[in-house]
Amino acid sequence: MRKLTVPILLTMLLVGLGWISYNEDLNLYWQSVIMFMGINIMMSSSLNIVNGYMGEFACGHAGFMAVGAYVSSILSVWLFANDRVLGAAVLPPESSVFLFPVVLLIGGIVASFFGLLVAIPSFKTRGDYLAIITIAANYIVKSTIENVDAVGGARGFMGMGKVISAMEKVAEIPWMMIWVFVGTIFTIVIIRRFVTSTYGKGIIAINQDEIAAEIMSVNTNKMKIIAFMLSAGLAGMAGALFAHVLGYVNPGSFTIMKSTEALVMVYLGGMGSLTGSVLSAILFTVMMEGFRFVFPVLNDSLHYINLLPDGYDITQVWKWVLIPLLLVLLMQFRPEGIMGNRELSDIFPKLKRFYSFK
Amino acid sequence: MDFAGIIQNILNALQWGSFYSLIALGYCLVYGVLLLINFAHGDIFMVGAYISLFVATLLLGQFGGIPGMPGWLVLTLAVPLVMILTSCVGVTLERIAYRPLRRKGAHRLYVVITALMCGLILENGNLALFGASRRSFPTLVETHVFDVSGVAVTNIKLAVILVAIIAFLFLRFVVVKTKIGMAMRAISYDKFAVPLMGIPIDTVIVFTFVLGSGFAGLAGLMFAMTYPVLDPYMGAMIGWKAFIAAVVGGIGSIRGAFAGGFLLGFVEIMVVAFFPSTLRDLIAFSILLFILWLKPTGLYGVARRTKI
Repeated sequence: MRKLTVPILLTMLLVGLGWISYNEDLNLYWQSVIMFMGINIMMSSSLNIVNGYMGEFACGHAGFMAVGAYVSSILSVWLFANDRVLGAAVLPPESSVFLFPVVLLIGGIVASFFGLLVAIPSFKTRGDYLAIITIAANYIVKSTIENVDAVGGARGFMGMGKVISAMEKVAEIPWMMIWVFVGTIFTIVIIRRFVTSTYGKGIIAINQDEIAAEIMSVNTNKMKIIAFMLSAGLAGMAGALFAHVLGYVNPGSFTIMKSTEALVMVYLGGMGSLTGSVLSAILFTVMMEGFRFVFPVLNDSLHYINLLPDGYDITQVWKWVLIPLLLVLLMQFRPEGIMGNRELSDIFPKLKRFYSFK
Repeated sequence: MDFAGIIQNILNALQWGSFYSLIALGYCLVYGVLLLINFAHGDIFMVGAYISLFVATLLLGQFGGIPGMPGWLVLTLAVPLVMILTSCVGVTLERIAYRPLRRKGAHRLYVVITALMCGLILENGNLALFGASRRSFPTLVETHVFDVSGVAVTNIKLAVILVAIIAFLFLRFVVVKTKIGMAMRAISYDKFAVPLMGIPIDTVIVFTFVLGSGFAGLAGLMFAMTYPVLDPYMGAMIGWKAFIAAVVGGIGSIRGAFAGGFLLGFVEIMVVAFFPSTLRDLIAFSILLFILWLKPTGLYGVARRTKI
């Protein structure tokens, strides 16, 4: 029974999400917020491998996301949709239902090879020099995409919407919601199984002391390659889902700003805590979207009591003042983040009787 | 591309590199003493540009002490004022954000994240308070163009390059020859033994921030005079790039920051001169990655050996 609780709960959650999306109990906006939650969970937990478990400072996560997004978008449009640039569909569009996960995986795999860009220099360089390499990799990926005119350059690339509608022709269910859910669970399970295995503990050993880990027969170079590639690959999958949810990608969405968002989520949740990553990604997405509704109300009420001058309105820009401010305050009073290197079962040990998640 | 064109490009690269160098010097000072990447530094440069805008309009406008002040007088008054006010911003950041974390002995990365967030607060706070409209900087000094055999040299261009070189020499003098500079080097060498020797560590760190932010403010003033359009995000891109320049030079070394800034300026201007300008970032960063691949600790950096 203990083994079954988590799968049962997840199935219930998937069915529930699918049901409310199918019946349109939630409008499309809230559905997309839930999907972005899933994508953000993938982003933050995959960055947590390098920044949390391995203790390096990588801040170019959006670059890998861009690679995954573009590779999978081009692939899926080329395979399943009639496009002006890429020509007619290579495969029958109905087959996208089965082959879409393969497209996602290919996007992830190509992104993980881009992770080698960062992994190989990381043998010699550490700390701040590695931070530079990751930032530079982010810039290089973004400006490469901008300079390739075949995929639309800075104008962006579209046509993924046709693939989604081809899936919906097969069965009228919320496909994207399901794929995002599957991708999120896949990410969490992979990372959890990896870092709790004997093999994956080598990464945590590198975090504690690299030289000691090397002496205790952890192949640090190999471990670093694996960590960076896994992190980049999962980020690429997140990017692939991101592209298909929006139906449009452009290189402007994968700037340092996007990488900063992923960093914020990792440190908000706590380094080296999967539960923290998941919680902080959900919290972050809810905050980002929740402020949209709070600000107009706040603005009207402040104008009503004449606290604000007439010509000044509180706009959505304040969102990016408040979120960093919250994070700065969090760092002052609870520097280890929400969970701080602990999982759910460490905080509530009695819960272990009811579930096992390995 | 004739000879005059090459000289013209070299001059432009020197000017562009001067801005990078001035900002990279601030990065390098703070890093050398605290081992902290002060990601808010680019935004302090932006704040410096805005402060110079306010100072200049205040002195030039009807509130000015003497109505109808000449531009050169405003400039001479503005330089120290802007430097002082910007240092106040930098020191405030240190006091409210970094010092408590340092006292707690928090993980280095948390301080870095806090710095990143402070930068975001500065740029978006500016956007939220003053709106997204770009502001134009008043002309303080008339731009004179000297035409030296086909090469256009403006007085502002010369001034910027001169200021960068003077700033570099001054900082080098402070760090190498003065007592407080010795204290700074001592802190970067061994943070735990220095307080035991009776050196007031907090004072030295505040002084470091004053120096770094002051020069960022000066860079902001120079930038505003050269490109008289200000927007809240001007510091973000330049800040990231100056940081990269500081690292390529070898972070924590003043010579390195200076050289790295000019190197990045040269690479960017030369790429734009010979290739389409959209390739600027791509080629510049690829070259920098190549340099880091050859010399993992930068041009002037010293490899720190870890004792077992």
